[in-house]
Amino acid sequence: MSVEQQHHIKLPEGSIEKTTTTLNLGPTHPATHGVFQNIVELDGERIVSAEQTVGYIHRAFEKLAERRPLFQITTLTDRLNYCSSPINNMGWHLTCEKLLGVKTPKRVDYLRIIIMELSRISDHLICNSVVGVDSGAFTGFLYVMQYRELIYEIYEEVCGSRLTTNMGRIGGFERNFSNSAFEKIEKFLAEYPAVLKEFENLFTRNRIFMERTIGAGPISAERALNYGFTGPNLRAAGVDYDVRVHTPYSSYEDFQFEIPVGSTGDCYDRFLVRNGEMWQSLSIIEQAYRKIQEMKGAESEIFHADVPEYYLPDKKDVYTKMEALIWHFKIVMGETAIPPGEVYQSVEGGNGELGFYLISDGGRTPYRLHFRRPCFIYYQAYSELTKGAMLSDAIIVMSSLNLIAGEMDA
Amino acid sequence: MALTNETIKERLIAKFGEQLSHFEEPYGFLTFEAPKDLNLKVLQFLFDDEELRFQFLTDLTAVHYPDQAGRELAVVYHLHNLTDNHRLRFKVFTSSEQPDVYTATQLYSSANWKERETYDFFGINFVGHPNLKRILNVDEMEYFPMRKEFPLEDQTRIDKDDAMFGRGGHLPLAGPTEGATAPAAQ
Repeated sequence: MSVEQQHHIKLPEGSIEKTTTTLNLGPTHPATHGVFQNIVELDGERIVSAEQTVGYIHRAFEKLAERRPLFQITTLTDRLNYCSSPINNMGWHLTCEKLLGVKTPKRVDYLRIIIMELSRISDHLICNSVVGVDSGAFTGFLYVMQYRELIYEIYEEVCGSRLTTNMGRIGGFERNFSNSAFEKIEKFLAEYPAVLKEFENLFTRNRIFMERTIGAGPISAERALNYGFTGPNLRAAGVDYDVRVHTPYSSYEDFQFEIPVGSTGDCYDRFLVRNGEMWQSLSIIEQAYRKIQEMKGAESEIFHADVPEYYLPDKKDVYTKMEALIWHFKIVMGETAIPPGEVYQSVEGGNGELGFYLISDGGRTPYRLHFRRPCFIYYQAYSELTKGAMLSDAIIVMSSLNLIAGEMDA
Repeated sequence: MALTNETIKERLIAKFGEQLSHFEEPYGFLTFEAPKDLNLKVLQFLFDDEELRFQFLTDLTAVHYPDQAGRELAVVYHLHNLTDNHRLRFKVFTSSEQPDVYTATQLYSSANWKERETYDFFGINFVGHPNLKRILNVDEMEYFPMRKEFPLEDQTRIDKDDAMFGRGGHLPLAGPTEGATAPAAQ
């Protein structure tokens, strides 16, 4: 073959000169735990740049919410951060209650706190064990699963479902906690500390785990704040901002707990902060459970506030009482007008400040509802976090940020 | 000295005077309105001022009011002073014919995607944004879906053949088969 002929083989423009490799990580990749796409530019195994594409499971929740009465929006919030959906549900109920001016009884607040802290534990548990999986330690993940299972069983006792819980109502819970729910909470409180300790022993001082995570994806406090980080990721960088303390909701001010903080903002610190928070959550659950046990008389039976316009009446009453029937009909048909107003309410979600910005113009549905979704906001820092890191670090950074596709894409 | 809504309001008025308007406190949350050309000046002042120090951008979104001629779109900023733990909200209004608002990305890295999202759903053109393209919707989309002129589908419409989606639609559902008739009165 002559030299002339060889030149007929046309190589794509720039394919020889190009010294970096483009790699598509995702949208469906076994290591990404959700639908994320990262277009990574690699020099050898080092990351030169990363570009994120989001929106693969966008479901237009904000638009849908504009046509739904308040109680039908709870199911939408389930599907934001589905690792801790009860927190989203409670956050939404708190938003509505703020708009409507509903004052919830203490017992409702404490029951909510038990549920919210349980979901925080299940959220952190999954995140931390997945960081382990991505660094090659599968044991922890399988080992803690049975305790997440127990948490899900508690949800089941309370509301009947496990993952997308749709738990509670505006004003409280749909029914009182059953005895077996309390038994399971007791079981959890009794057995979980030993498990968490063992889980920590598996990782915290594990040389391989430390080598993999220390210095991976670090961020300074200043950059983290500028990037809008909240939750464990911000605290790992050394800023002690926690919505539960700064803007207490649902009577968090009645509880004693600490906010664990890190210093370097790397994967290891994020891991430690989440572990520390699980211990604090356990302590909060214990305190709340004790407070509930101490309640006497009528107070110990309350599980919802008195808001007939928004709280579905007992089925028995619907069949026998005129008023209950009217309320039931109005609520189910979505015929209750929402008072006009503008509220912002946030809760400390599993991975940061989950905010609800609700505008009502006096109609039956919200005029505008916006979710402040923490992982959508901090995922944009990903390319900065992984620049210059190894490809395997990119995976571990992604899992340690606790990115949940459902929340990111709303 | 703890920051209060009054002191913030005073400092803002001392700096910007009559240009800021509509000071309100719905549910204790200080809210005001600024002209859209001033949005960066207000953000910068709130950021730099030694007393105010609103240095955390909690949220950025938009609202569409189709009935307000000339000021149909509102861009809403939620800011947080983490040192004194105080929040405020401010809005700038723009027309939907020329929805140009200056970008806050120079001040807040987190504004990048928030503004892209706001552009994606409301079509607000953030002037100076480094990468203003759609983020959650497909690039080929030709409209801004969160605007009020795009209502959700009427749930009672019957002109659509839903059989493909397993809902039966207006077509008769799979009725009783030949042999199995309703129990006849005998």
